[in-house]
Amino acid sequence: MKVDQVVVQLTETVKVAAESGSPLRIRGSGSKFFYGRPIQGSNLDIRSYSGVVSYEPTELVLTAKAGTTMEELNQVLASKGQRFAFEPPSFESGATIGGTIACGLSGPGRPYAGSVRDHILGIKCINGKGEYLSFGGQVMKNVAGYDISRLMVGALGTLGVICEVSMKVMPVPEFEQTNCLEMTEKQALEKVIELTQKPLPISAAAHDGKVLRIRLAGTESGVKFASSIIGGENERDNRQFWSDLNEQKLPFFENCKTLWRLSVPSTTPPLNLPGDWFIDWGGAQRWGTVDVPAEEVFEIAKRASGHAEIFRTTEVHDERFSPLANELMHYHKRLKESFDPSNIFNRGIMYENL
Amino acid sequence: MQTAEKYSISDTLVSELREVVARESVLTDYEALKPFECDGLTAYRQVPMAVVLPGTIEEVQDVVQICVRHSVPVVTRGAGTGLSGGALPLSNGILLSLTRMNKILEVNQNARTARVQPGVTNLSISEAVRHLGLYYAPDPSSQIACSIGGNVAENSGGVHCLKYGLTVHNVLQLKVVSADGSLLTIGSEAQDSPGYDLLALMTGSEGMLGVVVEVLVKLLPIPPVARVLMAAFDDVEKAGEAVAAIIGAGIIPAGLEMMDNPAICAAEDFVHAGYPKDAEAILLCELDGITEEVQDQIERIKQLLMQLDVTDVRLAEDEQARFRFWSGRKAAFPAVGRISPDYYCIDGTIPKKELGRVLQKTRELSNEYGLRVANVFHAGDGNLHPLILYDANNEGELERTESLGERILELCVQVGGTVTGEHGVGVEKLSPMCLQFEDETLEQFHAVKHAWDPDELLNPGKAVPTLARCAEFNSMHVHHGNIPFPDIERF
Repeated sequence: MKVDQVVVQLTETVKVAAESGSPLRIRGSGSKFFYGRPIQGSNLDIRSYSGVVSYEPTELVLTAKAGTTMEELNQVLASKGQRFAFEPPSFESGATIGGTIACGLSGPGRPYAGSVRDHILGIKCINGKGEYLSFGGQVMKNVAGYDISRLMVGALGTLGVICEVSMKVMPVPEFEQTNCLEMTEKQALEKVIELTQKPLPISAAAHDGKVLRIRLAGTESGVKFASSIIGGENERDNRQFWSDLNEQKLPFFENCKTLWRLSVPSTTPPLNLPGDWFIDWGGAQRWGTVDVPAEEVFEIAKRASGHAEIFRTTEVHDERFSPLANELMHYHKRLKESFDPSNIFNRGIMYENL
Repeated sequence: MQTAEKYSISDTLVSELREVVARESVLTDYEALKPFECDGLTAYRQVPMAVVLPGTIEEVQDVVQICVRHSVPVVTRGAGTGLSGGALPLSNGILLSLTRMNKILEVNQNARTARVQPGVTNLSISEAVRHLGLYYAPDPSSQIACSIGGNVAENSGGVHCLKYGLTVHNVLQLKVVSADGSLLTIGSEAQDSPGYDLLALMTGSEGMLGVVVEVLVKLLPIPPVARVLMAAFDDVEKAGEAVAAIIGAGIIPAGLEMMDNPAICAAEDFVHAGYPKDAEAILLCELDGITEEVQDQIERIKQLLMQLDVTDVRLAEDEQARFRFWSGRKAAFPAVGRISPDYYCIDGTIPKKELGRVLQKTRELSNEYGLRVANVFHAGDGNLHPLILYDANNEGELERTESLGERILELCVQVGGTVTGEHGVGVEKLSPMCLQFEDETLEQFHAVKHAWDPDELLNPGKAVPTLARCAEFNSMHVHHGNIPFPDIERF
């Protein structure tokens, strides 16, 4: 495989670090440094490896170097009427595609259009031995070898340095509209369950405590038909609300000490936890500002057949993610060892001992 | 490809197995074992040492634990419809058949999920929830027979995956018995899980990392309307251009299938689907959704096609006509089976823009080998299924067929594609894997296998070739003193 000089340098850095066992902190712009446990290590900055490698709109495939900014990619895609359907949040200007894949965060469309991992086709990365590896490819269907590309999504850089990614991209919907229905949290959760059993072009559903917003996407005629079934007021600026929700710019996200993300089955009734709640993903993702011990939140999420994470915090918390079952932690450690035997990549970012 | 190798099973092992599962669920007689000697890839056969048919998760765990103690490898099998020999037994191993675990355990209408045992057939899930207006989207062509456990092991696709995704996009949670016999719950009823995405890793891992014993699948509302357009072309490349035009216009059809002339003729003679036998290629384009939306999209696609050099465009006017259009595509494999004693199905995926080049080169190779090739093609996602027509009774013809198949896969890799889009590697594509992956990447695959199954007990020897095998394979593939395609990246 032809390897770019920048990648050669990155592999050298990894090899040196592996020999001495000194931890590396893989970074892009740092727009999501808040996510995960705080870590130590020399910075391994991937931003110098940047640019679109190939983009074929009729193939629905884009390949980019990991340091490419999301602004650049969004612009390139928009020029051809396409986008990342998983609506990755950037949080700050400069966010890179590498960081986006490593963090594995998806926007409001996730339950309907799929997540980051649902759209990844291939990945080139450096493992902990300094080997440059290529998994998956640039085609929609590919079952050759284990699905390491998807495994890398959301692994927070602990399994390798992501250098290049190929993503499935999708057309921007022809028409979008958001219907607003005033109702309580409980009513909203029930309403979404009722609506999502019908074949309607729903592309997002969120409740801010007072109003349920349902976004519809498709052809204009299809959206108008669905809108007549759903009813409610038409949101004036359809885009702004969802973008602000995704980028956490709504007032709800301001000034909270600890922002929890609970990922639960969408059928879960309102959670019995004191605090303010904002429901996204049609009930499957619940943002909360709760002031109870972390263990209690983890436990409540578990009882709801889901999990919880401290998304942002200004306080000190040992654990950020719901604890793994022992037998699962065993395989996590074995996998980590297989990719990063010297344990140098983002040591402890996910769990203390991983 | 047949081996006479035969191990006799030890009495201790048999009696231990019969302690944990019913006596009649442990097969050891040659006559009883014989039906399990191959899966859908019948060119490879091997009778296992024993077949065990557990009925519960606990029984699977017990059987695996016994096999661990005896260092006996385990090959898991679902319905045995796989096309790559993934469930080919080992002469010194146990074949674990999960067909008795065939219950739909729970349907949750509100959550739109179904919890099923691994031996449940793909189609029966959709049938069981149809009265709720729901269905399970992935629809491999073997869906009437193939099991959901096998679908997970192979990450099966189907004709609707461009819009609705593969198995990996439609499964939420798995229960898996690991190589040490412990039970793992992977994934969740929520949209994601903490830690690594083991659900993605397990899906498509061909039974090498664990035994899937329970699956929670996602269900979707049945689209109220589905319409099919058939377009005919006098040139395959023009059909390829039509595919690019439709997708470039921002339309994602539910299904987008292409057939070339030999496949059209075989299918038409067999089921009389109404295909024009003089066409070089036809395209079947299915749109589904709500009536208004489908109507708009059909009009737009018709306009697009009219602007292209299309010889015929027909819209199926009713459900009967729609089924008729599909009947030819769905019967393409057996139709080819009628005109040839045997056929061999290839499963490469390519970037769609390379279609013309790949089909042209395939024709040249077909002439070079003197073997006919009919092409059916999941055009929307670039997944090619060339069917090589051969007669296994002719001395050496299977070997030549396999060699031709390898050349076609080599071509797919050369243009930036992959050696398997949806059928899996199994035993069949171990050598072609060497064309696609470099040693370090293969070593990483082996390291992942080792992390899950350090003693190589689960389906050993499948899916990932050894480096020694690749060294030998690649040395044989030096043409005229040159490594093939020296200018391309070997991925």
